Amino acid sequence: MKYLDEFRNSDLVHNAIARLHRITHHPWVIMEICGGQTHSIMQNGLNLLLPEKIELVHGPGCPVCVTSLELVDKALAIAAQPDVIFCSFGDMLRVPGSSGDLFSLRASGSNIKIVYSPMDAVKIAQQNPGKQVVFFAIGFETTAPVNAMSVLQASALKLDNYSILVSQVTVPPAMEAILSSPLNRVQAFLAAGHVCAVMGYHQYFTIAEKYQIPIVVTGFEPLDLVNGILKTVDLLEQGLNKVENAYSRIVTEKGNVAAQNIINTVFKKVDRNWRGIGMIPMSGLGLREEFELFDAEKRFSIAHISTHESEICISGQVLQGSVKPDHCPAFGTICTPENPLGATMVSSEGACSAYFRYANGKDSTS
Amino acid sequence: MINDLPNLTNPVCAVPHSHNDYIVMGHGSGGGMTHNLIQKVFAPHFTNSSLDANNDFGIVENTGKNRLAISTDAHIVSPLFFPGGDIGRLAVCGTVNDVSMSGAEVIGLTASFIIEEGFPIKDLERIAISMSIAAKEAGVKIVSGDTKVVERGKADGVFISTSGIGYIPEGTDIGGANAKPGDAVIISGTVGDHGMAVLTARGDLGLETQIRSDVAPLNGLIHSLLLEIPDVHVLRDPTRGGLATTLNEIATQSEVNITINEASIPLNPEVSSTCELLGFDPLYVANEGKLILILPDTMAEKALRILKNHQYGREAVKIGMVLPDPQKRVLLRTRIGSNRILDVMTGEMLPRIC
Amino acid sequence: MCLAVPGKIIEIKNSPGAKMGKVDFGGVSREVCLDAVPEAVIGNYVIVHAGFALNTLSEEEAQATLDAFREIDALDAELGITSE
Repeated sequence: MKYLDEFRNSDLVHNAIARLHRITHHPWVIMEICGGQTHSIMQNGLNLLLPEKIELVHGPGCPVCVTSLELVDKALAIAAQPDVIFCSFGDMLRVPGSSGDLFSLRASGSNIKIVYSPMDAVKIAQQNPGKQVVFFAIGFETTAPVNAMSVLQASALKLDNYSILVSQVTVPPAMEAILSSPLNRVQAFLAAGHVCAVMGYHQYFTIAEKYQIPIVVTGFEPLDLVNGILKTVDLLEQGLNKVENAYSRIVTEKGNVAAQNIINTVFKKVDRNWRGIGMIPMSGLGLREEFELFDAEKRFSIAHISTHESEICISGQVLQGSVKPDHCPAFGTICTPENPLGATMVSSEGACSAYFRYANGKDSTS
Repeated sequence: MINDLPNLTNPVCAVPHSHNDYIVMGHGSGGGMTHNLIQKVFAPHFTNSSLDANNDFGIVENTGKNRLAISTDAHIVSPLFFPGGDIGRLAVCGTVNDVSMSGAEVIGLTASFIIEEGFPIKDLERIAISMSIAAKEAGVKIVSGDTKVVERGKADGVFISTSGIGYIPEGTDIGGANAKPGDAVIISGTVGDHGMAVLTARGDLGLETQIRSDVAPLNGLIHSLLLEIPDVHVLRDPTRGGLATTLNEIATQSEVNITINEASIPLNPEVSSTCELLGFDPLYVANEGKLILILPDTMAEKALRILKNHQYGREAVKIGMVLPDPQKRVLLRTRIGSNRILDVMTGEMLPRIC
Repeated sequence: MCLAVPGKIIEIKNSPGAKMGKVDFGGVSREVCLDAVPEAVIGNYVIVHAGFALNTLSEEEAQATLDAFREIDALDAELGITSE
């Protein structure tokens, strides 16, 4: 595919890695924010090719992992109601709530549909006027524009049977939460390339200044990741706390203003609970008053949800990069991908799930 | 050394929640959950040396000279008709292929139908015609059948179950436990076509593609191969769970490691693009007209010539080797030259957003 | 969090409520919302996430990045950058 394959070119990646080896003289701890970046690193075996002095820690950039237990339980409660068509991105279906997940709810007869885009959920609402169509609007700033767009479209079409269950989170407060933690080991960030395509990276200048760390906007293909790491190490080795862009074909400093306007028309900043981490103030997006009609939490009367999260799970510390998954006492014993205790073992972008496959392989199952 | 290798974070997002009490979709995916279900629920009660060999076929002795290979399969595809085929063609080819992977000459099939009340008879006839065409192409007869009807809502249109029987020529020993260190691993053509054809045909994802299922009977191809190369070690068609899962099965049965080269795996560009869009890995997507061939490396060139000479093997390519290490793992040499573990699929592959 | 893929705009429709288009991704195409790329025209590349174009892709910048990596070995040799 054009503009993907070229950034997977083996020779170019090797050139870049060779340079990285040449310029890395000290040990560094770098966090890649985005679950998609973690995925690409693991899938391409990139971490094996990096200099040993570079330690990559995985950030909380997986909206599937960090959607609060309470919201998952609300999703289950809504989806279980008659005459509801509950639409979701595929990867949310297996996230366990306090009891069960959307998959098992579907097995017992609820109408749950996987969609590629919330705009397809709006179409489903148009085609099913007798049903309430609810879309599980998870995501970071990358997904906020299209989630917002679905509300604007439903509004323009005067649909009274479409609503969204909002679980939007934003990156900069999470970065600050990580950096201000006493357990923090992160010395630099690879910022999430597609979030920055929307938001730009001007927000990171104050963070870089305040915490004295470099931040480099990074893409997802092997060459992009090595490029981001190269620029980061270069800054670290020189002791420079700057913000740089290693994904210039997609990202500009101010981002996509039209997309930001779409977000701001529909959403406003709210406090948000991150599964495994806790409440981070003003780290989420919620619907503005004028769009309250499309808020599924208000449209459906759901009895008080009491959630039950494992007390043993330390995914919060894993998400902040301060503990490696295989140092958790529950790892691989009572907490496995088949029986996850927490967020990071649930999603395949989650660090614990990734480590499980790396550490266990097939030996323990045979 | 192997322990240093990073493992694939399976591109299926959200690893399955434990489902101990009820069947969920992941149990039917062909990956880890299916395997566990079979081991826990069926194997203890059905155990015998034929079944426990874990091939796609079972071998039984009869009073005559030859061994028989028997296979059975149920087909529940949705939509029933998709570009490149339909449930009928799938039902015939699937079982013909499974029996043929033993090296057997398929001598007959059975077909049983569970039909939903309200299903249009003209569609049923369309399926029957398709089965007839596939069976003729494969040179096999459907010799027995059964039909049942269930109430509306109790079946997805129609379910078809087929069984097949074949005679294994004397001296033929092909099976998943036979891969030997130093063997070449060959795939007969592009991977992921069937799974992506069916998925995009459902229409839920709004994708417009020209992808066609590869569903085809491979007994003719296998016959051509075995005529000239009797010393084939393993034949298997990578159906549910895809190439990665099937290679893992073979690695486990043969107690070897298998290494494959990502850059050499043949892919239809449209299948590749569709997988990128949805976040799928084509190595885990089902195929219904391809086979994995494992044989002594000295015979690899010859095998490739024979395969490429056949309509169902035109894009055959050697993709890897069998290694002597007994960790029963599949290793992928990535496009960028690193080596990582290629695991089995767990649960169902879902379009992801991350 | 961000599975987004580059594709080429092959059709633009001005539907009520949103600027929609069809984007081709190497042989597979899909309807995509182009509201956030109002100046994009047929033939432009966009980066698409969940049916929404996040931004246009700059082909010049893409080439510049690739060119920089093609020359990296020679450049480092000139600058005397070696491994320690």
